[in-house]
Amino acid sequence: MDNPEKNGFKKMMLILSKATLENVYACFILANGARMEGIESEIFFTFFGLEAIQKKKLKDLHVATVGNPAMHMPTMLGGLPGMEALATRMIKSEMEKLDIPPVDEFLEILSASGTKLWGCKLALDMFKIKKEDLIDDLDGILTVGEFYERAQDEGTHLMFI
Amino acid sequence: MNEKTVAGYCIRCNDQGYLTDLEQWNREIGLEIAEEENITMTDKHWEVIEYLQNQCKQGVAITIRKVGKSGVVDIKQFYQLFPNGPLKKASKIAGIPKPVSCI
Repeated sequence: MDNPEKNGFKKMMLILSKATLENVYACFILANGARMEGIESEIFFTFFGLEAIQKKKLKDLHVATVGNPAMHMPTMLGGLPGMEALATRMIKSEMEKLDIPPVDEFLEILSASGTKLWGCKLALDMFKIKKEDLIDDLDGILTVGEFYERAQDEGTHLMFI
Repeated sequence: MNEKTVAGYCIRCNDQGYLTDLEQWNREIGLEIAEEENITMTDKHWEVIEYLQNQCKQGVAITIRKVGKSGVVDIKQFYQLFPNGPLKKASKIAGIPKPVSCI
């Protein structure tokens, strides 16, 4: 990957539709990793993914303990009070050890690295979220069509998370 | 392990051109690698290079996040100084191993 021009991989466009911590981190690491390789990257936050860019919610995202077979615990146990918080604390502490920043700092890093951050217009309308509720680093609100317009260049890849 | 001549010095490097022995590095070598990467070095660039080398000597795994908190450059500046993959390019110029972190 030393020469992105050569292999034609120029832009990574990620659509984040979920707000569970594991999905948000996957998305952010992919977007940041692209920038580190000299590849452009953009994230389109839609549906529950919008939680990751809402000022009041982004610091309080959780890992899913129910309906997540990789947690290796019985589903009923995962639903017990405090279980999500416990799993989330564990993951966050492991992440910190690997120098992976918390969500708010990660968004700042992405923005400073040139990753474009977009809110989905339809989802904003649906959840009655105002632009003021979203992080200041947001690059704007787009419709799906406008997002696709940005994906027209050769060497662009799209991924739905 | 490869050997090549950079700026008149014979250096050991890996197949991607990263020096494998920081002891062999000097500014002339860094300058020539920077030219190959189309980067014009300024005092600020060298400051970053020096920071990376010091981190490497201390055995610290270098990440973009750490560079951003170094007080030498912020992340935005880092991307401006070394466009298209700042950590990789800066590491190459600094004569330290290719970074293995994902962040």
